[in-house]
Amino acid sequence: MNISEKILARASCRKEVSPGEIVEANVDVAMVNDITGPLAIETFRKIGVKKVWDNTRIVMVLDHQVPADSAKSAELHKMMRRFAKEQNIRYFYDVGLGGVCHQVMVEKGHVRPGELILGADSHTCTYGALGAFGTGIGSTEMAAVFATGKIWLKVPETIKFNVAGEFQKFVGAKDLILSIIGQIGADGANYKAMEFDGPVIRNMNISDRLTICNMAVEAGAKTGIISPDRKVMAYIKKRVDGQIKPLKSDADARYEKIFDLDVSPLEPQVACPSSVDNVKPVSEVEGTPIDQAFIGSCTNGRIEDLRVAAKIVKGKKVKNNVRLIITPASREVYLQALREGLLETLTEAGACICNPTCGACFGGQMGLLADGETCISSSNRNFTGRMGSPKADIYLASPATVAASALKGEITDPRRL
Amino acid sequence: MKVRGKAVIFGDSVNTDVIIPSKYLTTLDPNELAKHVMEGLDPTFYEKARGGVIIVAGKNFGCGSSREHAPIALKHAGVKCIIAKSFARIFYRNAINIGLPVVECVQILEKTDNDDELLVNLAVGEVVNLTKNLRLQASKLPNFILEIISAGGLVEHLKRRLGKNGKL
Repeated sequence: MNISEKILARASCRKEVSPGEIVEANVDVAMVNDITGPLAIETFRKIGVKKVWDNTRIVMVLDHQVPADSAKSAELHKMMRRFAKEQNIRYFYDVGLGGVCHQVMVEKGHVRPGELILGADSHTCTYGALGAFGTGIGSTEMAAVFATGKIWLKVPETIKFNVAGEFQKFVGAKDLILSIIGQIGADGANYKAMEFDGPVIRNMNISDRLTICNMAVEAGAKTGIISPDRKVMAYIKKRVDGQIKPLKSDADARYEKIFDLDVSPLEPQVACPSSVDNVKPVSEVEGTPIDQAFIGSCTNGRIEDLRVAAKIVKGKKVKNNVRLIITPASREVYLQALREGLLETLTEAGACICNPTCGACFGGQMGLLADGETCISSSNRNFTGRMGSPKADIYLASPATVAASALKGEITDPRRL
Repeated sequence: MKVRGKAVIFGDSVNTDVIIPSKYLTTLDPNELAKHVMEGLDPTFYEKARGGVIIVAGKNFGCGSSREHAPIALKHAGVKCIIAKSFARIFYRNAINIGLPVVECVQILEKTDNDDELLVNLAVGEVVNLTKNLRLQASKLPNFILEIISAGGLVEHLKRRLGKNGKL
C-alpha cells in the first residue's frame, strides 16, 4: 500500500484498503477556523448531541478575519470563544496567539505523521508534508465529526510525482507545484491523492514541502502527501507530544499514474488570471505592470519565504505607486522575522507588514484590490474576485518573483535582478 | 427520488469564490447568502432561480474553498439540483450533506440549452430532457447518499440515527 492507503486503513481499523472502497474512519484531529467554525457550531447544536466526541482532538483557530474587521466578524469570533469554553476545547488560538490555521496546526504539533486530520478548510491537504493524511471538509460534515468522531471517506487513487534534477537560483517549490498544476489542470487530480517523492523532494526543507502539499487542492486533490523521513522527525521532535507511528509507502505500492519530472530546466512560473492552472513561464509575462505585491498565506508566508523576500529587497526600494504587503503566516513566524531583523529590512524597503491572517489572500481585509488593479501574490488562488474587486487581475508566483516584481513595478524574473 | 426544473447553464470550473464571494461570509443566514449567489457571473441569477431551477455545468463545478455557504446559497436561492460533467470533491460532499442533489452526467452540456425542462431520476441515475425528448445516463448515487439527501441532509440523517439518550 502507499502512505495514503496505509493511513486510511489504520484509521478505519482495517488491515488493508484499496482505491474506490468507502471506509468509516476515526478522526485523529479536527480543525475549524472563523469562517467555517460558526456554521459547524450552529449545525452541531441542531444535531442534538450535548458534548463533542473528544475535546482534546479539536483545534479552533481564528485566522480569516483577525483582528475582527467588522462587528459581524466579532460576533462570529465571540460565538467560537463561547463554544470553546462551553465544550472545554483544549486548543483554541485566539487573535494574536496563533495565525493562519494550517501554519498553526503544523507549528504547534497538532499534525502527527500517520494520522488522519480533517479540517473545515480546503487547504487542510497541507499536512501531508509531515506524512499525515489531511483533507478538507465542510461545516455540516465537521459538525457530524464533532458529534461522532467519525467520517466516511472513499479511498482515493494516488498519482505519484517523482522529482529529480536541481533547481536554478530563485526557482523552487512554488514554481514546481505551479508547473505541475499547469500540466495536469485544475481538476487533474480530482478526488485523488498526489504523492511527491524523489531527490528534489528529499532535499527540500519542511517549509517547501508544505508549499507543495498545500496546493494539491488546486488540482482538485483530496490530499498532497510525502512519506515522512528524518527531516520530518527532526521538525516534529520539539513540537509533538505522545507516541508517533509514522507510515510510509511500500516499495511496491500501487499508483494510478507516475510522473517523472526534472526541475533543472524549470524557470520561475506564474499562474495568470483567473485560474490556477493558467500557468506560464515568467518570461512570457515579464513586464506586466502591477499595483500590488503580496507575500503571505498558508502557501508562502513562512520564515523561509520572508528571508528570500528580505534578501531581494535589502537596501532597495519598492517601486513608486506599488504597495508590497507582507503577512507573516503565524505568530511564531512573525517573532522569528522580528528577531532576524527581516521586518526591519522589509519595512525600510517600503513594505507594509500586517498581522498574521488569511486577510488579503482570502479577500477579507488588509490588502484588497480595486477595479482594474493587478496584484502578484505568493498565495494560492487567483479566481475572479478572490482578492476584492471582480475586475482585478491576480497573478500567482513564488515569494522571490513577487519581491522582485515589487522592486520593478512589473512582473519580473528574480534571476535577472 | 425525482427532481424537475428548468435548466440554467454555466461553464467549466465554477469556483466557490464566484458562487459566493468571501465578503458575504460573515452572515449565517441562508436567505441573505442566497441574494448574492453567482452575482459575479450572472447578476440576474437570483431572480431567475426563485421558481426553482436545475444548474447545468461543465467540469470541476465548485472548485476552490471548502465554504459550505456556496451550496447553501444555491439551495436557498431555489436551485433544486446541479448536473455537471464533474464536481470538485469538497463541494460535492457539502451539497449532499445539506440535501442538495448533485449528479454527474458527461453529455449534459452538449445536450442542454437554457430553459430546457429537465427531469432527474436520482435513484436510477438518469436525466430526461423533456423539451428535447432525450434520455441521458448519469451517475447513480449509492444508497447511503440517497438516504442522506432524502432525509434533507446529514443533520436530519444523524438525528434519525440518534437514540433517545442522545448517543449514536
